[in-house]
Amino acid sequence: MAMMTRLLLCAVLLLPALGQAAVEVREFDDPVTEQRYGDLTATLRCPKCENQAIGDSESPIAGDMRDRVYAQLQDGRSDKEILDFMVRRFGDYVLYNPRLEGRTLLLWGLPAALLLLGAVVVVLMVRARRRISARALSAEERARLDALINRGRTE
Amino acid sequence: MQTLMIPEIGHYALIIALLMALVQGVVPLAGAATRRPLWMAYARPMATGQFLFLAISYACLTASYLLDDFSVANVANNSNSMLPWYYKASAVWGNHEGSVLLWSLILGAWTFAVSRFSRELPRDMLARVLGVMGLVSVGFLAFVLITSNPFERLLPSVPQDGADLNPLLQDFGLIVHPPMLYMGYVGFSVVFAFAIAALLGGRLDAAWTRWARPWTNIAWAFLTVGIALGSWWAYYELGWGGWWFWDPVENASLLPWLAGTALIHSLAVTEKRGAFKSWTVLLAITTFSLSLLGTFLVRSGVLTSVHAFANDPSRGFFILMLLGITVGLSLLLFALRAPRVSHQVGFSWLSRDALLLINNILLVIMTVTVLLGTVYPLLLDAMNLGKISVGPPYFNTLFVPLTVVLCLFMGLGPLARWKRTGAGDLLKRSWLAGLLALVIGVLAPLLYRGEWNLKVSLGVLVGLWIVLPMARDLWAKSQHSSGRVAGIRRLSLAYWGMILGHLGIAVTIIGVTVVSNYAIDRNVRMAVGDSAELAGYTFTMTEFGSRRGPNFLADVAVVEVRRGDSRRSFTMTPEKRLYIARGMPMTDVALRPGLFRDLYVAMGEDLGDGSWAMRLQYKPFVRWLWLGALLMAAGGILAVADRRYRRVVTARDPEHTAAGTPREATT
Amino acid sequence: MRRRLLLLLPLVGFLVLGAFLYMGLSINPFDRDSALMARKFPAFELATLEDPERIVDASLLDGEVTLVNVWGEWCPTCKQEMPQLLDLAERGVRLVGVDYKDTREKGRDFLREFGNPFEVNIFDPEGSLGFDLGVYGAPETFLVDRDGIIRYHHTGYIRPEDVRETILPEVEAWR
Repeated sequence: MAMMTRLLLCAVLLLPALGQAAVEVREFDDPVTEQRYGDLTATLRCPKCENQAIGDSESPIAGDMRDRVYAQLQDGRSDKEILDFMVRRFGDYVLYNPRLEGRTLLLWGLPAALLLLGAVVVVLMVRARRRISARALSAEERARLDALINRGRTE
Repeated sequence: MQTLMIPEIGHYALIIALLMALVQGVVPLAGAATRRPLWMAYARPMATGQFLFLAISYACLTASYLLDDFSVANVANNSNSMLPWYYKASAVWGNHEGSVLLWSLILGAWTFAVSRFSRELPRDMLARVLGVMGLVSVGFLAFVLITSNPFERLLPSVPQDGADLNPLLQDFGLIVHPPMLYMGYVGFSVVFAFAIAALLGGRLDAAWTRWARPWTNIAWAFLTVGIALGSWWAYYELGWGGWWFWDPVENASLLPWLAGTALIHSLAVTEKRGAFKSWTVLLAITTFSLSLLGTFLVRSGVLTSVHAFANDPSRGFFILMLLGITVGLSLLLFALRAPRVSHQVGFSWLSRDALLLINNILLVIMTVTVLLGTVYPLLLDAMNLGKISVGPPYFNTLFVPLTVVLCLFMGLGPLARWKRTGAGDLLKRSWLAGLLALVIGVLAPLLYRGEWNLKVSLGVLVGLWIVLPMARDLWAKSQHSSGRVAGIRRLSLAYWGMILGHLGIAVTIIGVTVVSNYAIDRNVRMAVGDSAELAGYTFTMTEFGSRRGPNFLADVAVVEVRRGDSRRSFTMTPEKRLYIARGMPMTDVALRPGLFRDLYVAMGEDLGDGSWAMRLQYKPFVRWLWLGALLMAAGGILAVADRRYRRVVTARDPEHTAAGTPREATT
Repeated sequence: MRRRLLLLLPLVGFLVLGAFLYMGLSINPFDRDSALMARKFPAFELATLEDPERIVDASLLDGEVTLVNVWGEWCPTCKQEMPQLLDLAERGVRLVGVDYKDTREKGRDFLREFGNPFEVNIFDPEGSLGFDLGVYGAPETFLVDRDGIIRYHHTGYIRPEDVRETILPEVEAWR
């Protein structure tokens, strides 16, 4: 309940609903593994918390998950194997980077589609407008603007 | 005995404010529709009255906090007699009820400001603008009074003391962040009201944009600062040095910011060229709608947790209705009344018009992307397709390339002229800057770290590509027959505003690039006498002690930091606090800020045998993130101070007298 | 006319989004199905709480529909739901407990104080079985059919009405 109240408070204040960070001391054989550990614990979501990566959470389950990630890295497992291991237990929910599949097609595809559409719109609009003789219209606009300003003055 | 009445006075004042908002919303709009000056004249006095009573109401709630009146449920749940007075005052908005009241107060303040500073507006326009703002206010005040009354009492069983303000919120950043953010959110209601007024009155011209632009810029500047403050708070308060999490709550504030940025630019096109009119109106409606949507997403709990609001689901429903009515009606009005034939203005590929068109399209795509990522888990869940998460990796993958593309066009923006720019001319003015940006971009990571890094190169290139052409342009524009100083003076404030705003983006981008790629952190075990090294600094724990704060107990580590073999050293004192009233442990980080790097020490757990887990971090260029945001905000404000807006403000006489007559008639 | 329709697009988009938001109001983001649904109960080899010498594995669950309840002495909600579990046991449902991240002593005290509806309790001090089950907090309850497949999952407190309305019908359905 106390956690709920805290999360609620953060939500109300438009601040990320995050608890404070966990600080752990772990030894790594090489910097590459250390980097992979950092990346994996940043991309796995704590299933118990509001919205926190396991690397940032003090919740016990996040600690258990970090232990598993660490142990499997030491065993030489690949990133994909480790992520699959977690998904088998906790579901797709723990992946901050959703996999490309049927239900996430729109998620990944829409921005790309919009970019294409945007490019088409720009090309069509500019091509159409290049032909317009700008001078006459802007003169007309100026006349309307003058009329407006005058109306404002005399009212 | 007198003090006991304070919450009731606040409650009554709130009811009066609601009634005044109702009058302000209905009568002037009806007056504008039926051309009755007397009815229209209700707008300004009602705006003043509404603001006054909201201020009284807000002051009453603050007084209850300062006087420790724990018979008020809101005070009892969120304050404590041990809390320092300034946190008592800021605790007012540290909870749902109080923060909605602050939202309403700020809306009242913006309305009041519009009624003060827009006297030169045509009578019907002012009546419509204030009327629309009044209607928005009615919605929010009804929300406060019906579902979220902060003045509710806990009678007869009054608690001895309050539950205390959440320690995470007992912080300077939290005193300033929410008001700034709300100023931004709510500030967009002004341009929204202008857009609706334009649709109702059928008047959408250059004069209209000149009235709407200053309000938009100011709101945008507030939102920029608000977001930056939130990021800064998270950076030092959450204890691990992150500054942006793509949390739904943050996205909720980024959405109106992105749309607002597009709006600022499209307003420029509409003012200067009379083009993109419907589009500008649509963006104005969208920007405020996204502010409202953010409020809904955050407060209804749909993205966070239903449990949080489980005791009162009516709140989420109420805000959704409010959102549906406000946005639905506005967009319907837009569909029916948007200018039928768009004003066709010609421009060529190489023109400022075309570049701003691209800017707007990219910003809209970015907005849609953030919105999509934020609500997608909800969409799938509603369709029973399972629960997924969309987090930082997704947003970074899409948002970063989009930003890079945007910036590539942005570099050319200030150089291009309206209508058309000669290709040779544009090339002449940008090739050197482009080449420099490219060379420095490629070399920067090599020089800085001795290792090439694509992301860093790209970030630096983009940052310089924004700044260098602008610098050249400034150099060229400031040439004057009577010397450069005279030339610089001649430049308009609007131009300076643009320069600062774009400079701010570049500074932020460079900060983001460097800190994301070159930050170093290490978790170490430390006891008194132990040393650890990080990025050329030696950290030595020299002492360990404890102290007592006003409402907490703390373990304090004293860490001596020395750079290389330098003889000079400084100390950093991270703390682990226990807040007494809630029994909540908190990490208080020690920060050594600097323009080019921050050092950051956070205390973790007691590892036994006198040693502690400590997190040491080296954060290069992290300050540039917020510095850039401040520059952007300054740019926004500076542009408003331009002569052409001031001139409009002083030419107020005719409307003033016209509004004066009916007011006398009513008294 | 085409332009008018185009101008309606924002409204249509908003209405679609609004409909989803409305549906979202009645969705609980914390109410997630287990990832192990319709999958085999994970393999394990652990001692029982009652007898440290007795080692059990997943074959314990074969042959009969079983309700597996993950609990711990440290979990206050587990205490509150004990009466419901006792009620289920009385109605002839087979229950197996998983004493999750607990000490043997505390686990035994818990059962002595609040009653023991479980045929047997798997002792999981490290939380390894719990982890393989995707448990992220106690209590959690799994319904396992006679072939050892997980058929139903309940996160958190089992209210008395849940026993009648969901759990018993589910047990019946898989028997």
